Amino acid sequence: MVSLKEVLRISKLARIQLSDAELEKYQKELSSILDFVEKLKEVDLENIQPTSHPLSIENIWRKDKVKERDSELRKKLIEKAPLKEQDFIKVKSVF
Amino acid sequence: MELQNLSIEKIKQGLKNKTFSAKEIVQEYLKKIKEKNTKINAYLTVCEELAFSLAEKTDLKISKNQELGELEGVPLAVKDNILVNGLPCTAASKILENYIAPYDATVIARLKKAGAIILGKTNLDEFAMGSSTENSAFGSTRNPHDLERVAGGSSGGSAAAVAANLALVALGSDTGGSIRLPASFCGIVGLKPTYGAVSRYGLIAMASSLDQIGPMAKTVEDCEILFRVISFKDDKDSTSVDVSVFKEKLKKVSPQKLVIGLPREYFLGGLDAQVERIIEKVILKLKNAGFEIKEISLPHTQLALAVYYLVMPSEISANLARYDGIRYGNSTVFESPDADLLTVYLTTRQRYFGAEVKRRIMLGTFALSAGYYEAYYLKAQKARTKIKEDFEKAFQEVDLILTPVSNHPAFKLGEKTKDPLSMYLEDIFMVAVNLAGLPAISVPAGFVGNLPLGVQLIARAFQEDLLFEAARLIQENDF
Repeated sequence: MVSLKEVLRISKLARIQLSDAELEKYQKELSSILDFVEKLKEVDLENIQPTSHPLSIENIWRKDKVKERDSELRKKLIEKAPLKEQDFIKVKSVF
Repeated sequence: MELQNLSIEKIKQGLKNKTFSAKEIVQEYLKKIKEKNTKINAYLTVCEELAFSLAEKTDLKISKNQELGELEGVPLAVKDNILVNGLPCTAASKILENYIAPYDATVIARLKKAGAIILGKTNLDEFAMGSSTENSAFGSTRNPHDLERVAGGSSGGSAAAVAANLALVALGSDTGGSIRLPASFCGIVGLKPTYGAVSRYGLIAMASSLDQIGPMAKTVEDCEILFRVISFKDDKDSTSVDVSVFKEKLKKVSPQKLVIGLPREYFLGGLDAQVERIIEKVILKLKNAGFEIKEISLPHTQLALAVYYLVMPSEISANLARYDGIRYGNSTVFESPDADLLTVYLTTRQRYFGAEVKRRIMLGTFALSAGYYEAYYLKAQKARTKIKEDFEKAFQEVDLILTPVSNHPAFKLGEKTKDPLSMYLEDIFMVAVNLAGLPAISVPAGFVGNLPLGVQLIARAFQEDLLFEAARLIQENDF
């Protein structure tokens, strides 16, 4: 069973505030899912290469050059931000 | 106009012969949507204005005798995690409730160019996380065959729209069965294309090493036509590939007589007798058509779901970090002027994410966190290699693999929502395909009582052609 303290730590890392009731709920649910995935421990996976991606595709490179972009789209994208000032997305102070 | 029996080909003929106009097609479908959508809840947004303006373009082409696109006048529903310029795109989440897409996804641009008419955006499990469309923040979608039952998920709105004649074809997305399960439950055809076959630019990301956009339709023929239009290399998605290069290579290996494998691990533990009867009927049809049937083994099958439920949430936890109350979407930033940045993050995500989304972000964050990464995430990635190798070995012996989509038809609303693990088990026959990046199709194969049920065919990467060929022989529906 995952401890409550652990669930709280994870919720902070995940940047999701959880109520006490939610913490308890997720403690149970995460534990039951983690029990389920325990079966991975039964297989010998020594010296196996991990797969992060189903196709063996290669990196695609391009020149790091400034491209002309649709200024209307740029405007539309910035407008999506809840808080903005002129042409900038405004961010709350970190501290 | 009989919507029940329409097809892409019939629309093309009808438009050419001026039996009906594109405008009339749109009017008919909108009428049907008005009549039925309140009950089924397939659409979250219906875009009358866009639909009529696209229809007008088609009708203008016809009046000028111009060449028509491959999908000219074809009414299309789009899952609400794919961006259509100017329309809401909510991913069925409160956090994107007021989000209007600022551009077209590549597939949408291509479909518009081909003449397709977009009717609206369809319901899904929030951020495509679920197997029943009950995780939508805007109400569940109901199965048109039985309104007390789920449509399957997460592309439940798209599947229900096609099944109820609220669109002729639809786009869905599939991360671990999200096209194939609702297709099976609603009695339509759904393809999860090979990883890389369809551009994902403009698809709201869930788990990036697994997600694919795919076509859903009433018939294999229409599903194939839609797939051909959306499958191409897109510079805006670095995981999309030039399919023709792979096709050339594959031609050389295709034998004359096709062999279909039945993986013994998928039939262990016994299938439901009615599901087994449907599978047996499919096997007989394929044998009669000259296919050879062979029992095979995919020894690591039992690991697939465990691998999936580690890899997928891990990728989710990274992908959904962008919903921070700063860039776009709903935010708590206005509430307390003195709150710091961290508080905005914490409260925005608490308030606007649903329970399943939080659960998966938590699980993924756990699997990637210091001290657990090697025991969970890395181990899952290694087991993923084993699952991929299973398929590689099997495809040396066979050309296609036949499995159930699920061991039962559509279940009742609310039946599986209390226990997340029981919902996760819904994906058991489908997730290995995504982990290995292979194409798979769900095709209607029969009924259990009044409820449709599909079977799944899996092929080598980029051999969608073979899937369509075999699926055409299997398809059995009531349309």
